[in-house]
Amino acid sequence: MSEVKFSKEHEWITLEGDVATIGITKHATEMLGDIVFAELPEKGSNVEKDGTAGVVESTKAASDVYTPVSGEVVDTNQSIVDDPAKINEDPEGSAWFFKLKIKDSSELDTLMNKEDYDKFAKETSN
Amino acid sequence: MEIKKTSLNKLHQSNNAKFVEFAGYEMPIQYSKGIIEEHKFTRSSSGIFDVSHMGQLFIYGDESLTEELEKIFPLDLKNLKQNCSKYSFLMNEDAGIYDDLIITKIEEGYLIILNAACKDKDFDILSNLLGSKFRMNLDNNRSLIAIQGPKSVEILNSIINGVDQLNFMTGNWFDSDNQKLFVTRSGYTGEDGFEISISNDKAEQFVENLIEKGAQLIGLGARDTLRLEAGLCLYGHELDINKTPIEANLRWAISKSRLSNGGFIGSKKIMNQMQDGASQIRVGIKPEGRLIAREKTKIFNDKDKQIGEITSGTFGPSVNGPIAMGYVDKEFSKVDTKILLEVRGKKHPANVCALPFYKKNYVKGVN
Repeated sequence: MSEVKFSKEHEWITLEGDVATIGITKHATEMLGDIVFAELPEKGSNVEKDGTAGVVESTKAASDVYTPVSGEVVDTNQSIVDDPAKINEDPEGSAWFFKLKIKDSSELDTLMNKEDYDKFAKETSN
Repeated sequence: MEIKKTSLNKLHQSNNAKFVEFAGYEMPIQYSKGIIEEHKFTRSSSGIFDVSHMGQLFIYGDESLTEELEKIFPLDLKNLKQNCSKYSFLMNEDAGIYDDLIITKIEEGYLIILNAACKDKDFDILSNLLGSKFRMNLDNNRSLIAIQGPKSVEILNSIINGVDQLNFMTGNWFDSDNQKLFVTRSGYTGEDGFEISISNDKAEQFVENLIEKGAQLIGLGARDTLRLEAGLCLYGHELDINKTPIEANLRWAISKSRLSNGGFIGSKKIMNQMQDGASQIRVGIKPEGRLIAREKTKIFNDKDKQIGEITSGTFGPSVNGPIAMGYVDKEFSKVDTKILLEVRGKKHPANVCALPFYKKNYVKGVN
């Protein structure tokens, strides 16, 4: 599996072959608070880089989930729809959001590595 | 304008509060445990809420003050016993609501608890209506602390002996630690609890004593989910200057004797609406599934006609599902009416339901 990359919209992404797994970062869940609702893109649909590909709602507010790369949705994680609290518990592991068959692996080059993302998250949360 | 802070601000900080600005005050929205845990802790144990941003208006006077206040509030104040509280509203001539409030008859006159965002305007309105005949004090030297939940009576009584003898919606002065506290058995969470009016310099120590006895600080976030589960209105959401108490389904708060005779500000409009009915009315709304419909969500019937709007919507931690309140056209206000909520461009099914979402646990008949 590839190195984990991060977007400025607080998504993480890993790549295995041409299938990417995408979720939201621990930092994002800490900013959102208790997550109580998740909506995922439809399997078989196509999503565009930086376009909306879902929604999460905390007790406080709704936030869009964006996709950091383009592709076709090949799988979604129903378990986080059924029990959204899982997203707070394990956001960068079992609570992934969706998997994409990606179109253009060079789109990943624009994303941050962990070190850069941690720095970015720290700077933007103040 | 500089943001205002309550006397508990330092204590909030040392308890890792996340702050928001609310009505010009820096207030804790939550602490480190988060809204859902804070909500559940209040329902099962005892939560402490800093509500010092709310107005504590003391108006001093005798029977002539009661007479003047009856011209303003739709209450039978002449027959209100000393130390008893009533929920009411300050209205304009069209029965539009300036503010909702709790008024308590005390030995010296009346104590009125006002919403933070409205208190200064309320003071001006009441000053104009009452003239200079009665001394009025919107007391900034006192903090207001609410303690809510089933263990609150035991915890508070261990610090202020005798509060367990209060009935719901009554209050009294108590002596504790060489000062006079005004304590009412009331609150806005649907749980048994108290509100304590205490001088600013004693508030922090008082709250620390409550924490030592097992109560925990709870933020405004959980206060909102608790009050919504209890079906209670929040000013600026369910209530505003364009809504009347009849539309807000708060007829119960108007004293029966005043409904027939009127004579208070807004009484004509209220009596008309009592007869003809209001065109829109506040209802409880339960979305199907897990979808949350927040404030300003449009409500439709099955023929694609807009019939109302959500005024508050969130996830109810004790209900374990989404809940909302809103206004719908009268013909759609019956319990179990199917409605549609437009969220992110799609219409989702929901049902009009009875309030509250969560059964209230108030204590009556202690004495």
